[in-house]
Amino acid sequence: MATTTDTADTVVAEDGVRRRDFIEIAAVATAGVGGIFTLIPLISQMSMSKDVLADSTTELDISALEPGQSIKAIFRKQPVFVRNLTQAEIDAANAVDVDDLRDAESLADRTLEGHENILVVMGVCTHLGCVPLGAAQGEIKGEFGGYFCPCHGSHYDTAARIRKGPAPTNLEVPEYTFTSDTTIVIG
Amino acid sequence: MSFPWAKQYEPTNPLMKYLDEKLPLPRLVYNAVGAGYPVPRNLSYMWNFGVLAGFCLVLQIVTGVVLAMHYAANDAVAFDSVEHIMRDVNWGWLMRYAHANGASFFFIVIYLHIFRGFYYSSYKAPREMIWLIGVVIFLLTMATAFMGYVLPWGQMSFWGAKVITGLFGAIPLVGESIQVWLLGGYAPDNAALNRFFSLHFLLPFVIAGVVILHIWALHIPGSSNPTGVEVKSESDTLPFHPYYTAKDGLGLAVFLIFYAAFVFFMPNALGHPDNYIPANPLSTPALIVPEWYFYPFYAILRAFTFDFILPAQLWGVLAMFASILVWFFLPWLDKSPVRSGRYRPLFRKFFWVLMVDMAVLFYCGGAHAEEPYIMISQIATAYYFLHFLVILPIISSIEKPEPLPFSITEAVLGSDEKAAQGDSAGTAA
Ligand code: HEM
Ligand code: FES
Repeated sequence: MATTTDTADTVVAEDGVRRRDFIEIAAVATAGVGGIFTLIPLISQMSMSKDVLADSTTELDISALEPGQSIKAIFRKQPVFVRNLTQAEIDAANAVDVDDLRDAESLADRTLEGHENILVVMGVCTHLGCVPLGAAQGEIKGEFGGYFCPCHGSHYDTAARIRKGPAPTNLEVPEYTFTSDTTIVIG
Repeated sequence: MSFPWAKQYEPTNPLMKYLDEKLPLPRLVYNAVGAGYPVPRNLSYMWNFGVLAGFCLVLQIVTGVVLAMHYAANDAVAFDSVEHIMRDVNWGWLMRYAHANGASFFFIVIYLHIFRGFYYSSYKAPREMIWLIGVVIFLLTMATAFMGYVLPWGQMSFWGAKVITGLFGAIPLVGESIQVWLLGGYAPDNAALNRFFSLHFLLPFVIAGVVILHIWALHIPGSSNPTGVEVKSESDTLPFHPYYTAKDGLGLAVFLIFYAAFVFFMPNALGHPDNYIPANPLSTPALIVPEWYFYPFYAILRAFTFDFILPAQLWGVLAMFASILVWFFLPWLDKSPVRSGRYRPLFRKFFWVLMVDMAVLFYCGGAHAEEPYIMISQIATAYYFLHFLVILPIISSIEKPEPLPFSITEAVLGSDEKAAQGDSAGTAA
């Protein structure tokens, strides 16, 4: 590019850099930087839009949830299970030695203080994302009485911890708070 | 295909050598827009607009693909999905304004490109094919823009779709069946919206293909130039790169300044506010006009108000299509052997009269269909056809052109010694 036969080019500065070289580098650099900046909107437009972000909390009324019952709700377009554990289920969960577990967590780690009977987990198998069974009445609860994922056979216990099968971790507990004794807000 | 003195692509890097043997893509680029393409040395900025049109096409495809990721082509939600783009999607407002104003700027650029062709008679041999393909591109772009304008499903979208498909309804006997077939309904509805979206997505890629043919045809004789004198020797040309990449680059920068001014400071200036009202099949807006770039043709359509053998409505439709189709015949209507308007005193005057006439049509196309605009459009329409069908052929036979320079070099430098001595390296292909 710098080897053109133009009279202006024959005026070579002392260090060998011509004015044209400077102009060329400045122009191409400006265009390049501008081009890179235009990528920002082109890439950013694909990430979550404001309406999706605005939909990111779920409020649930659990006043009608009897011990032994579960509800399935939707949190961020994915199922979430809320279970009111029976005393037997709590005992079963606490009887396990935490250190023997694949993903070592106690029931207390997975519930909120004062509400140890309310277990809130994402209904998304940590293996490859299927929805485990066990929340609705009559569904198989698996060998450990919690949840069972039919896709590749992961068994979760009453604290929704992985006990058998390919899933690497316990069902995820989303962030949530009690805004009253019977209302929880997830997210 | 090019001049004998064109530089040859000679890769030195072993990887580039390998690529050149297996897939000579870099060679293609080198010969098309690189140092291997010799271009007349005297091109003015009027030769910038082809590259700018190509830029606009890419711009429309990129922003259009983005919009299509968020837009929903269903009559129940289309309008809301455009508002969703404006409010919720990250940078959606920018993408939409860039696309909508991109369409307007596309037409500004294309019109200047076409008018350049008029003035310098770029349509003459050996470049007729480039011109014919160009007119096809223009027609395709009009169709694309029309269908794109329907997509937001506002009032102007809906009534635009209704009126323009109604043009086909003017055809005797089969018209109504054709209109219903085009729309897939009695009036524009979901079926029409869906097919318009599908075609609006497809056509720009068809345009891109036809643009390749346009450039292919161009590279056989090479560009014309402001003198209209063909290239005679190497001193008449410069390699495309770096000379015209730099010149086109500057043109692009200036174009982007104007474009950005609209996108960021007056994004709705070229649009119609009624299109922010959702489509309502029961109420027509008070002033129903197309986008500005169709105004001149819309004026021609509305100029016919009386039946004469055929019904007025049909005359309007025929005249509107004919006003563009007549461009196809330009290479044979203008018989003068001299190309450039620079050396054609009479032709030059009538070129400017035509520009004024089109400006008048433009103004009338955007005005209410009432007097005096109807009468003015009638006169301007008559003149428009008179120009192409009568005035142009007459000028080209009676005009005495001014003396042409011997060569491009002479026009630029005042003398062309080498060529005068008969030492030219070759003649134009
Ligand atoms: C020849 C190139 C093109 C032209 C001239 C063109 C023209 C237009 C026009 C005039 C509009 C209406 C603007 C508005 O008021 O919103 C529009 C909208 C739209 N176009 Fe294009 N367009 C082109 C290419 C494309 C391509 C390649 C795509 C997608 C692949 C596309 C997708 C869309 C979509 C989704 C809309 C509706 C959203 C909106 O209204 O903003 N366009 N186009
Ligand atoms: S996805 Fe649940 S076991 Fe594979």
